[in-house]
Amino acid sequence: MPVHTANDVKIWQRYDTATRLRQWGGWIAGTVITLICWQVISNGTRWEFAADAPQQLGIFLQRMFPPDWSYVNQLWKPLWDTITIATLGTLVAVIIALPLSFLAARNTTPHPIVRYLTLLVIVVSRSVNSLIWALIIVAITGPGVLAGIIAIALRSIGFIGKLAFESIEETSREPVEAITATGASRLQVLSYSILPQVMPSFAGISIFRWDINIREATVLGLVGAGGIGLNLNAAVNLLRWDQAGMIFIVIFGLVLISEAVSAQVRKAII
Amino acid sequence: MAEVASSSPHRHWRKPPWIQNRWLRWGMVLGALVYLALAIGSVSVDSARIARGLERGGRMIAAFLQPDFVSRWDDIQIGVLESLTMTVVSTIAGVLLSVPIGLGAARNIAPTPIYLICRGIITVSRTFQEVVIAIVFVVMFGFGPLAGVCTLAFATIGFLAKLLAEDIEEIDPAPLEAIRATGAGWLKTITYAVMPQVSARLVGLSVYRFDINLRESAIVGIVGAGGIGSTLQATFNRYDYDVASAILIIIITLVMLTELISAQIRKRLQ
Repeated sequence: MPVHTANDVKIWQRYDTATRLRQWGGWIAGTVITLICWQVISNGTRWEFAADAPQQLGIFLQRMFPPDWSYVNQLWKPLWDTITIATLGTLVAVIIALPLSFLAARNTTPHPIVRYLTLLVIVVSRSVNSLIWALIIVAITGPGVLAGIIAIALRSIGFIGKLAFESIEETSREPVEAITATGASRLQVLSYSILPQVMPSFAGISIFRWDINIREATVLGLVGAGGIGLNLNAAVNLLRWDQAGMIFIVIFGLVLISEAVSAQVRKAII
Repeated sequence: MAEVASSSPHRHWRKPPWIQNRWLRWGMVLGALVYLALAIGSVSVDSARIARGLERGGRMIAAFLQPDFVSRWDDIQIGVLESLTMTVVSTIAGVLLSVPIGLGAARNIAPTPIYLICRGIITVSRTFQEVVIAIVFVVMFGFGPLAGVCTLAFATIGFLAKLLAEDIEEIDPAPLEAIRATGAGWLKTITYAVMPQVSARLVGLSVYRFDINLRESAIVGIVGAGGIGSTLQATFNRYDYDVASAILIIIITLVMLTELISAQIRKRLQ
């Protein structure tokens, strides 16, 4: 136990000197790095624009309230599109990601090379944000809901695939051995021993991702990929903050409802 | 448990269905089919546009296979540096803000008014996608990385403060009582009874949030909040797909690297 002796009095300390020095070193290094990074941010900032932020916020709120309530009638279609993008995107992702997850899991993969290729697909899909995927897809399909669905699907494949293959790797071996011992084929082993073990977590993961996708789908319109983001983009460009305020309210409601739905469904499954 | 076809001489075992109630099961299937038909029906597909787009997609893939790091290296360098520094500063700021808000949002240690305020902040932060928040901060601070830092820091609160609050609500109450019984004040109670129980997970979650912030820092630039996102969008607008490819490769590599490092750190913490 680290005890410091001063004037023949023993004083208990939580850490010994070497640990404390290391901790201080860590804190100082962290602070220095943060300050250097802040310097870069500060150099990239036009401070004269940032200085009047409180006034800007005041003007912004003034223009936003009261929100343009009648505008909500034009938002039902974009709202439906947003939900469609999230739902169909998630569905497509699930259909693609589940087979991939069996190829990626250590215990079900047919070959290590297949496994690494699948992992690469999963990593690339995960590392690119759905908004960036949307940029790419919009260039191919043109603006619209379809681009949004594909973008959401491309991002979600990696997310669902990763969590799904991890849950496959965590399955118990005994049912697999039991089914194999009956002389079942590989496919039968998968569907009768592994699938029942992972089905609840697959469903939970998919619903969880759907909930996230609702949130992501609200902004895809900023790059032209459909949904309520298109209206948001238009409102921001026209500085119609009363309309933007209405859109914020609608998004808030949508996300709260989707979160409640997803929490309820996940509770029912698990 | 299993449905048995008793009339036939060969008795077959069938997997029990997921939902036991037949009416509920088929009702849900029917509902899902109707929704799917409506949703797919509402997606407009412009096949002529896609045909033209596919040709462009071919050129795009060709360009993606030959990434061009050189011709816009200066822009890329500035963007990447901005994204990285934004990530560092916003994560640190976000953690510093999340700790008090997380403490305030924990039912067992915060008085009700503070609890409600902190929960409100967390809900707002969690509901809006980063890009939506970035729009507001760009209005306040003008274009540039400062708006991005504020966005990511604010988004960090929704994630970190929520999980921290949930952790605190689940702590062992015995040390809390023990420290309180010594006559310690609020701050000392937090330092000696609450923080030791949650700090390891807090560090782990902060490192994880660093990953997420890096990924998000690549997109907030689309609405002008700094980072590599604006450079990326510009390359798409100019059809410079080979430069876009270089940027995407850099983003994917950075995300993979930080993910590896953060996974290592989190493994050592546990």
